[in-house]
Amino acid sequence: MSVPKDLRYTKTHEWMRREGDVAVVGITHYAQDQLGEVVYVELPEVGAQAAAGEELGTLESVKAVSELYAPVGGEVVEVNEHLSDAPNLVNDDPFGEGWLVKIKIAEEGETLDAAAYEKLVAEESA
Amino acid sequence: MSEAELKRTPLYDEHVAAGGKMVPFGGFEMPVQYTSIIQEHTAVRTRAGLFDVSHMGEILIQGPRALDFVQKISCNDHAKMTVGRAQYTGLMYPEGTLVDDMLVHKMTDDAYFLVVNAANTDKDFAYIQEVAAGEDGVEVINQSAEYAQLALQGPLALEVLQPLTGTDLAGIRYYHFTWGEVLGHKAIIARTGYTGEDGFELYVAPEHAAEIWRAILKSGAPKGVIPAGLGARDTLRLEAGMCLYGNDIDRTTTPLEAGLGWIVKLDKGDFIGRDVLERQAQEGVERKLVGFEMIDRGIARHGFPVFLHPDDGEPAGVVTSGTHSPTLRKPIGMAYVPSEAAEPGREMWVSIRGQVRKAAIVALPFYSRKRKKKA
Repeated sequence: MSVPKDLRYTKTHEWMRREGDVAVVGITHYAQDQLGEVVYVELPEVGAQAAAGEELGTLESVKAVSELYAPVGGEVVEVNEHLSDAPNLVNDDPFGEGWLVKIKIAEEGETLDAAAYEKLVAEESA
Repeated sequence: MSEAELKRTPLYDEHVAAGGKMVPFGGFEMPVQYTSIIQEHTAVRTRAGLFDVSHMGEILIQGPRALDFVQKISCNDHAKMTVGRAQYTGLMYPEGTLVDDMLVHKMTDDAYFLVVNAANTDKDFAYIQEVAAGEDGVEVINQSAEYAQLALQGPLALEVLQPLTGTDLAGIRYYHFTWGEVLGHKAIIARTGYTGEDGFELYVAPEHAAEIWRAILKSGAPKGVIPAGLGARDTLRLEAGMCLYGNDIDRTTTPLEAGLGWIVKLDKGDFIGRDVLERQAQEGVERKLVGFEMIDRGIARHGFPVFLHPDDGEPAGVVTSGTHSPTLRKPIGMAYVPSEAAEPGREMWVSIRGQVRKAAIVALPFYSRKRKKKA
């Protein structure tokens, strides 16, 4: 199970990568594997305000629905438009092409480093 | 139900070895998928997929009055069935509602083999026994533990299975079956299924199930045949417009409301619940099960409220099944709506997590296979 070292993680299985004052946010490899093939992604509009730890969007697979929670608070400055036509990018490349939103960080949230997240996944899948 | 109480089919180890994601279903630990629901779905539509459906229940009705008894508990007419014929029907409550939906196989003039839903097996058996109490000439036997059931479904099913059996599979017509053998083991070979594709359902002794499972996958592997889980089974049956008990039909729904009028034979003589169904047939039903496609985005799932106008306060109906259709590549579903609204082309709205989204009623099924023309 892939858990890149340079990312921060949430207990609800989002990842985020800092690029200056912007956080790139997606769901983890473990999360997409649990969910199954993503067939529909609902993301906020650009300009929407995200609050750390609050719901930001929805991902649906054939069988299940999963909420997306914001790892940080701030203005949504970009959403991944490719996902409306190719939601499977979330499965195929969760830490890359399958990113979901970019948030201009105004409020820090509670996140874990890779080692702590790996431990969380190990506990959940035990 | 706690996990400790879950039953396992004889193919449990095969599923785990194949990477199956095991989930509780109908009291069993069953594979919901192996690699991907969409890949498994597509395999069944274009090649073939192999399902373990050993969780299904089998109940034998036998004795000199077996036919009369089956006629009494079922809404379809089984009098004209010949030996080797299978028929879909409803197991009926006096209220005209469904105890279960099931397949009736005529084994002999005095023996009918019922295949029922896993979650309902114990309930069905108890109910049938209760109806049979005091009836002479009828014996009811729960044979669920005596059979494993494998379903090979898809256009390549026949050519994949034929090398493993001496039974001429092409000689078995759709919704017929025969006693035969697979790898030398006695089997009921039925040309039935729950996917909307051609295919076979095999009823075999549990101890031979794994050997047959592996042989079918080996025979089919060069042709792209893969094991398929309950997730694909659900998307396949929904595309084919087939009802799932517990979702689209249950003890509160009648077959006429569920669009199953074709299995209700009011002229066959009396049966349990007939008076209710006759009245519904004369006066019309208040609600009907319809198919719908989403126009707005999102998947409308089981239990989501349905509205006939986007700003109605009270729901007019409810979604019973909803998924993403891998074949149509869009969200589809079934819902109960008031009969006067049950017209293909009509718009309806579904509340998806608090947001009202537009859908359109469409004719069922969503998908039907192209049948080969008779030579």
